Parts: sequence; C-alpha cells; structure tokens
Amino acid sequence: MTPEQAYQMITDILREIAPDADPGTIGGDADIRDALELDSLDFLNFVEELSQRSGRRIDEDDYPQLATLASGAKFLAGP
Amino acid sequence: MPVLGADMDEGTLVEWLVKPGDQIHKGDVIAVVDTAKSAIEVESFHTGTVAELITPVGETVPVGTVLATITEAGEEAGEPGAVKPGGPAAVGPPAAEGGRPAVAVAGELAAPAAGEAAAVEAPAPARARPGRRPAPQVTGLPAHSTPLVRHEAEQLGVDLATVRGSGRGGTITRADVEHAAASRRRRVTPLARRLADELGVDPGAVTGTGPDGAVRAADVRRAVAAGAPAAGRATARQPGDAGRPPAAAGAQAGQAAQAAQPGRSRRAESMRQAIARLMARSKREIPHYYVSNTEDMSAALAWLRGRNRSVEVSRRLVPAALLLRATALAARQVPELNGYWTEDHFVPGTAVHLGVAISLRGGGLITPAIHHADGLDPGELMAKLRDLVNRARAGRLRSSELTDATITVTNLGDQGVESVTGVIYPPQVALVGFGKIAERPWAVGGLLGVRPVVVTTLAADHRATDGYTGGRFLTVVADLLQRPEEL
Repeated sequence: MTPEQAYQMITDILREIAPDADPGTIGGDADIRDALELDSLDFLNFVEELSQRSGRRIDEDDYPQLATLASGAKFLAGP
Repeated sequence: MPVLGADMDEGTLVEWLVKPGDQIHKGDVIAVVDTAKSAIEVESFHTGTVAELITPVGETVPVGTVLATITEAGEEAGEPGAVKPGGPAAVGPPAAEGGRPAVAVAGELAAPAAGEAAAVEAPAPARARPGRRPAPQVTGLPAHSTPLVRHEAEQLGVDLATVRGSGRGGTITRADVEHAAASRRRRVTPLARRLADELGVDPGAVTGTGPDGAVRAADVRRAVAAGAPAAGRATARQPGDAGRPPAAAGAQAGQAAQAAQPGRSRRAESMRQAIARLMARSKREIPHYYVSNTEDMSAALAWLRGRNRSVEVSRRLVPAALLLRATALAARQVPELNGYWTEDHFVPGTAVHLGVAISLRGGGLITPAIHHADGLDPGELMAKLRDLVNRARAGRLRSSELTDATITVTNLGDQGVESVTGVIYPPQVALVGFGKIAERPWAVGGLLGVRPVVVTTLAADHRATDGYTGGRFLTVVADLLQRPEEL
C-alpha cells in the first residue's frame, strides 16, 4: 500500500465513524482524536476497521502511531 | 405512548412493526417512535394479540396516549379476531367483547384523560360498547359507509377495510377517509424521516417509492434535489395539532417562521429543552451531596494491556469497561444507591441496570441502560457498551433501555476533563462520574512516583442516603479497581 492509499483509507474510515466531521479539513499533523472528538470507543472502531481493511495486525502499542493522519499513513504503508 | 425517559412528554409514531392479528410477546418490538432525542424501538408490555393500531404513522401524540390495543393471551381464545357486526371495519376492538377492557400498549402509563385527548382527531364511539354479541369473522368488508364516502375513498386510493369509522355505529365518514389518506401518505421509513428532518423537508409531501408508497431516504434526497417544500414539523409536534395535515398546521400564523428553520437545529433545540426540563427538575427536587476519590489505575491498566495483547481488535477492552464493571458491582454491594426515589421513599432496584451517558454527535446526550450489568464480565460489558453507543448514535434504542436504569455513569474522562460531578437523573438516586485517566505524581510507601490515576465522583440524593453511604460506595469501587483480575 502506498502512503497515498493509506491516507485515503484512513480518511474514508474516519468519515464513516464521525460523519459530522470532515477529516479532509484537519491537518496531517493534527491529533485525530482531538480534532474529530473521538472517544475511546470511536477510536477502537477506527482501529478495528483499519485492521480489517488493511489486513494488518494493529496492537495497542501501535496506537501512538495512529495519532495523526500523516503518522498513520506512514505506519500502514510501512513494512 | 410510553414515557421513554423522564424528560419526554410526546412522541411521533414513525413505524408500526406489527399489524392487527399478530401474536406478540412481552418485550417484542412493536413500533418505532421518534422523540426529541432519538428514534426508539417500543417494546410491548404485554403478551397477546394485536387488536387495533390506533395512532397512525406520522402522528405526534402526548405521553399516555393509547397507541394500540392488545388482547391478552387467553382472552381472545373464544373469539379470535372477532368483530361486532356493524363495528368499525376489520380492525375492531375485540378486547371490548368480553366486557374486559382492552390492554393499552402504553400500559400503566396510559392515563384515561390522555387517551381521550388523542381520540379527538378520530373518536371511536363503538370502542367502549359493552356486552357480548355473536361475532362472525369479518374479513376486510367495510362496515358502513355512504356512496359518497366510497367514492372519495376510491379517489384517494384508500382501502375502506383498513379505515376505522368515527361516525354513528362505526360508520366511516369522509373525514375518516381523508385522515387515512393523509396518514398513509406520510408512511416514512425512520431513516427517511430523520433525513427529511435534517434537510428541512416535509416527508408528507415526498412521493414514496417503497412498499405501499412508503417514503424512503432516496426519495427524500430526490425531493431535496427537486426543491421540496419545507417541513411543518415544528408545528406538528404541538400535541393539539397531532394528526393535522402539515399544510394546515403550518399555515397557522406565527408558526410559519419556526417551520422554516432547518430541521437539524430544531431537533437540537427540542433535545436541549428536554434536557433542560429534566436537569432543572433534578436540581429543584433532589438535594444532591457529593463525594470523590482519586484512584491509582496502574494495576487496572496493566491488566488491560496484558489482556488486550492476546486478543483481536474487536475483543479489546477500553478502561471504561472496567470502570463500568466496578460501578455495577459496587451498586450491588451498596444497594441503597441503586434504585428510585418515588413518593417520599426509596424503592431499591430489583437488579443493577446501569445507565450510561452517551454524547450524541451534533449535541445532546442520552442515557440508555445496560440491563443486569452486575451479571456481565468486562468483555460482555464492553460488547454491550459498544452496541449501545452505536445504536444510540444511529437512533435505534429500545424503550426498556431508556426507562430501566437504576443508577447512571458518566465517563467524561474520554473527552479529557479531570473530573465530572454529575446531576442525578430523576427518579434515580445516584450518578457516578469518571474523569480522565492521567499520569500524576503519586505517593506510595513514602516514595513519590508517577501513576495513571482517575478521579471518581458520586452525586447522590440526600433524601435516600447520607454521605457515609456514598463514601462506602466509592471505597468499594476503589478496592475493585485494585483487583482487576477479579472483575
């Protein structure tokens, strides 16, 4: 997966989880949870969906890398 | 129309999920009702056979209004689906046959006065007729109607067999037919109704393409694109206007401006008003007292990390699951805080039904209950919590979830505040608040360390308990959180 595809996947999922907020308007380095006002359950839904669509195992220790759009895309596109 | 939460005074029937003749059991979902807060699936209080659907789809009625009548199990055995000759068409009131009153869906909450208020639109004098008579099966044959009415029905495409007569002896009048046509026109799916509300469209003016001409979400979107008229819903919500066609209600002077507001802000406003009424009542009637504690969460979080490492994402727990579990167990151990204050005394809850404050996107909050929360392990609680939050935000809660809570938890910590001191939901007597889990300097055994801690608070009704009991409750919560493996 390219970083662009990963970025797209993340924003698509966020749009489903928080339909009222537009992830397209938050910066790549903004904290996703703060910017979109996600609670811990929203974030869990986000991780679950991300794990399913990317086919990648995401541990709790990986959560910090999903904090922003930029770091999340890098994480998903990485090895 | 049942009371779906203490802050509700009216509701709009958006969908019937049963029809006359259907067998239903206590707890079955029989209708969908829209309140200021959410669309709610209404469960039956009784087991039996649906006799008559009284409130038509699309109508807004006050709490206590009879929505439908149910013949209780056993009662109809002799005369299944029986209807008096000359009675009001096929959907007559069999429950009145045996001289026993029909069971109202609204159950204990259906005050006679309120029921009469709702019947104003289409009174059914035959309904209360006493005495037993021979009861032939009537299958769709209209009872009484004049040629003029039959013509009108044909014009409007109304099946007279489905119309309840309001005239003498159950005769179907022209008004009945028009009423039936109007309510049928307003058959709208819940999603379409919500969408129409948000987009400020009158769903009654939208052409439906679903089964029986039901208006679906796609129809609403199409109508918006074509420039549909604005909804008259703000006015239709007035109890006195229930059932009046939107055009007529909207034409009333002074209310037109209100109707022109976007649907979204109207819903937000009506939810705000509902919360305002309930919270004002709480602070007016309940002498609150408050106690608080700060708990070391390192043991609980370490246990969670270890558990989550070995399971897939869908089965992972968030700290809130442990906090809810500890609260549910504490409520069982300190039953004085689990229940209701009614008529100047405390009535303990028969079980621990844990209300959970859930903030809704777009503002407002709702506090549905997790039933028998003290009997669920953290994994089960977590699953229930996720399900509840998803359904609350999608507008698909059940009526029992909104009325049964015996104690409520607010977990504002997720939004980043250090502590929250709550306002009790009447008639409950306690509200537990959890703040954010944050790392703080912490003294243990004469040494200073950094630990994740959480501020736990309890707001309780001083009429029901004293501060001592509240303190005992928080101590139990604290002890439980130090032994997460036993939770």
